[in-house]
Amino acid sequence: MSIIGAKTSSIAVQSNLITAENLAAGYREMTVWRDANFAFGRGEFVAIIGPNGAGKTTLFRLLLGLQHPTSGSLRIFGAPPSRGNPQIGYVPQRHIIDSETNIECLEMVRLGLSGKKWGFNPFEHNDRDAAYASLKAVGAAELAHRPLGALSGGELQRIFLAEALVSKPDILLLDEPLSNLDLRRETELLHLVNEAVRSRGVTTLLIAHNINPLLPHLDKVMYIANGKVATGRPMEVLTSESLTALYGVEVEVLRDPHGNVAIIGVEEHHGDVR
Amino acid sequence: MTFSINLVSDLQQMLHYQFMQHAFEAGTIIAVIAGVTGYFVVLRRSAFTAHAFSEIGFAGAAGAFLINITPLEGFLLGSILGGLAIAALGRRATNRDTQIGIVLAFALGLGLLFISLYSGYATQAYSILFGEILGISYENVLLTLLAGAVILGGIGIIYRPLLFASLDEDVAEAKGIPMLFLGTFFMLLVAVAVSFAVQVTGVLLIFSLMVTPAAIAQHLSRKPQRAILISMAIALSAVWAGLFIAFYTPYPVSFFITAIVFGLYLLVRIARLLIKPAKIAPSDNQKVRASISN
Repeated sequence: MSIIGAKTSSIAVQSNLITAENLAAGYREMTVWRDANFAFGRGEFVAIIGPNGAGKTTLFRLLLGLQHPTSGSLRIFGAPPSRGNPQIGYVPQRHIIDSETNIECLEMVRLGLSGKKWGFNPFEHNDRDAAYASLKAVGAAELAHRPLGALSGGELQRIFLAEALVSKPDILLLDEPLSNLDLRRETELLHLVNEAVRSRGVTTLLIAHNINPLLPHLDKVMYIANGKVATGRPMEVLTSESLTALYGVEVEVLRDPHGNVAIIGVEEHHGDVR
Repeated sequence: MTFSINLVSDLQQMLHYQFMQHAFEAGTIIAVIAGVTGYFVVLRRSAFTAHAFSEIGFAGAAGAFLINITPLEGFLLGSILGGLAIAALGRRATNRDTQIGIVLAFALGLGLLFISLYSGYATQAYSILFGEILGISYENVLLTLLAGAVILGGIGIIYRPLLFASLDEDVAEAKGIPMLFLGTFFMLLVAVAVSFAVQVTGVLLIFSLMVTPAAIAQHLSRKPQRAILISMAIALSAVWAGLFIAFYTPYPVSFFITAIVFGLYLLVRIARLLIKPAKIAPSDNQKVRASISN
């Protein structure tokens, strides 16, 4: 039963950036999910999938220190999560930029680096250079002076990625970056994220609706549904046997000849286990 | 007072009067603070909030005599309390229009009551609603200077986190920026800025200094620091030109200020409509690319 992940977390605690033991998340009276055990090492690319409302974003909120676990332990570099951890780069879901916003992209990327600092610093050449470098790394150098409000969805995602990467984080949290992108933009963005994971050794957690475009790049997958969390290698987690064993109900994982998977039998629901 | 072709002698003639000196001094300080805070008001889409401050302040100014304070102090008290209340309502600007509108209407009604209780009914109301820059006292000029220093200093300190929080709220929050503190602090700065700016424009015309110059500036520059300077420059030139024209005509200063900024706004919108097609053309993109590789 490697899928439960308790095994994974006991392998090499030292080299793991993120570890969770018997972690449970929720709000006051309601547990969203519980008994999560997982460990992610440096430079691992992890996809988080599951129905709407299953608690995928909740995991990000825990990691960002915006919400506390209801029980269990969650550690980042051996310490509990804290808000404002500079080791984490974050791209939230439904990131909206008003189409009237006439501020150049470079400025926003730069704020990803120094937006937290108090005071007014007109001579931020180092920040500028770092912001340019970050834009270049995501292939968006030509967008540097374009106004944010005029960008397409795919261009915006690249700017957000540059903003998240500019502070050279060890962990990258991407909440549904692929939604609203057409197939070509999706492939492009995934390629960029994969590059960041591999070349910089950034541990990346990406929430997605569809696992299939991600499968070629992934190290691990986390499946959150019905209050439970399964973590492991995609081929181990995404099987009929393992998901059926975890959920105690018949779950079927279908595969087509191209290796695409479809999970059938876990209903969409909105989070309560009891 | 007659207007001549010699602008220098016109200026000398005008500044010969002490009330015009005071008007210029206060107007200059107010234009600067309105231009700066206005940039963030527009960026955060808080124009309606800024307007609410001026109307809650109106109630405070009108009711000032009840607790024996000056109208300016009453205004400050009202708008600061309003600022705290609105900051407490929550950090997201959306869906707050209704609550603000409800409070605003009540505040105006309250102001009306206070003014009818007060003997100097009509003139008092008129000057608060439409501005009284030509009657500003030396004491108020000094107070305005003090407020200007506090506001500029305050914005200078929170500049980067405020810009970050205004542009990218969720990421700023995750990065550990104290959102509630920042929002409240900014609201208070706006409340103070509004309280002094109404001396020039009055309660009802507050947008002409707090919103229009910044809105024009946002169209003219994509760099926030540059846009803030442009916003300040527009507010300054509108106040100066407004005072100058009003001195030689029988019409009110506030009208000329609103007319000047509105004219500039139209001009910029039209110019952008004409220029825009060229900006999207590929040749411009190549220019951008070339400038990056340099």
